[in-house]
Amino acid sequence: MDYERLLSKYAVEMKPSGIRKFFDLAAEMPECISLGVGEPDFQTPWDIRDAAIHSLELGRTKYTANAGLKELRIAVCEYMKRKYGLTYETEETIITVGGSEAIDLALRALLEPGDEVIIPEPCYVSYEPITTLTQGVPVHVPCLEENEFRITAEQIRNAITEKTKVLVLGFPNNPTGAVLRHEDLEAIAEVLRGTDIIILSDEIYAELVYGIKHESIASIEGMRERTVVIGGFSKTFSMTGWRLGYACGPKPLIKTMIKIHQSCIMAAPTTSQYAAITALRDCDDDVEEMRRQYDLRREYCVRRLNEMGLKTFEPKGAFYVFPNITSSGMSSERFCETLLQEKHVAIVPGTAFGPAGEGFARISYAYSLDHLREAFNRIEAFLKEHKGEN
Amino acid sequence: MDSMKLLNLLADDPRATVTDLADILGESEETVAAEKANLEQNKVICGYHTVINWDKTNVEHVDAFIGVSAKPERGTGYDKIAERIARFPEVASLYLMSGTSEFMVSINGKTMRDVADFVGEKLAPIEGVTATVTMFVLKKYKVNGITMDMEEDISDDRMIISA
Repeated sequence: MDYERLLSKYAVEMKPSGIRKFFDLAAEMPECISLGVGEPDFQTPWDIRDAAIHSLELGRTKYTANAGLKELRIAVCEYMKRKYGLTYETEETIITVGGSEAIDLALRALLEPGDEVIIPEPCYVSYEPITTLTQGVPVHVPCLEENEFRITAEQIRNAITEKTKVLVLGFPNNPTGAVLRHEDLEAIAEVLRGTDIIILSDEIYAELVYGIKHESIASIEGMRERTVVIGGFSKTFSMTGWRLGYACGPKPLIKTMIKIHQSCIMAAPTTSQYAAITALRDCDDDVEEMRRQYDLRREYCVRRLNEMGLKTFEPKGAFYVFPNITSSGMSSERFCETLLQEKHVAIVPGTAFGPAGEGFARISYAYSLDHLREAFNRIEAFLKEHKGEN
Repeated sequence: MDSMKLLNLLADDPRATVTDLADILGESEETVAAEKANLEQNKVICGYHTVINWDKTNVEHVDAFIGVSAKPERGTGYDKIAERIARFPEVASLYLMSGTSEFMVSINGKTMRDVADFVGEKLAPIEGVTATVTMFVLKKYKVNGITMDMEEDISDDRMIISA
């Protein structure tokens, strides 16, 4: 069989994740200590696990409504109001299989061939492949180190054409940890007012911010009607394996997303949905404790990296630091591969998150301080050994 | 330096050395050692304890909680009686309580006989103590936030690299 001919060219042309290649390399390294994960190291809080177990004891093992349990959708609305001052009706929410399904649904509900999607980079790896799969056209805009990896309104204005359909905003950002401030959001809103551009605001890390409060672009005047906010349980509540997320947005868009979701997923996992109600309503203290731990590690990472000569911007969100590795004289890939081979420390090249990540690497601090200290000692030794090579 | 951070780190790991703590907090070892000593002196840090499951050793060991009813004294309330109870080295902890009896005493002894003797000969005769109810611990499941023998897989089973 000529599979090359049989497979959809759009699927074949989808860019494979840059993370995958590195995963394969690291997996062969038995002594490897990893700083490469994109998921929390904490266990899911017990109250949440207990709620899931209780739902099973009660025999809640059937499909839920396509859009999700009514009670969970209500809990999402209450949560959005309580945390970000956003008012949504239950019909304006959908429960999805992780935030990643919500991204997929939103893009598929919006894009037609040739539609342009503005994607600030570096960014989470799935916006681009989903865009190209729907025959949309990704328009990359680099977030620069000198702007603390924030996208500027000016850059967005310059990227807009008459074909622009969607602007992706992934802040707090994976991999940089950058956040957008109120004035950034206002400026971006000013550019978008009077256009027909929809914002896909991926706010999966909204609760993991340090010393600031997260603000959603949907709360800026005139933006709610053009914004789909994507949230999830994986990062905030340390629930990656439960595969649960949600989206909130204008009714016609959510309705269309539900229609697609109905055909390809049916409904998000029932047990996870029951657990999620408890997460949203009763677990603020657990999240606060996790945030406290992340914050301590974040400060540690930024300080150590800067001390060892890797210029590192202080991220205000997520659980990543994004050091500038150009002083090593190596490319991102070379740096990470050599570090892996010589010191058995796995970090992810910035280029895995788009070409704008060249010169940087992503380090996750979803690890214990002991683990981080050992890894940083190795990185420090690595830098010393390669000093003066460039 | 931020003493709350130091306290939180020590609460998580009382065995952390001054070198470890200085590295994590980005302070000199002298500063950390001085702050730690200061917190100890002011009794903010009252002690460092090791939680041992004696059931897993061959040592004979029994724990009991004793509800102690008592009449307050004019002028000193319950403090004087509490002091008398607390002075016994057998007393591991002592709390003034709301509820049916005034004090809750926990004691660690070798045998049930030891505990009974302590209650009968030392605790009950204290002036102001009107009644005692002794409850022996049958099995410990969780002590000071640490589970004794429950199964939980704590290995890191995450994929080594993920998006």
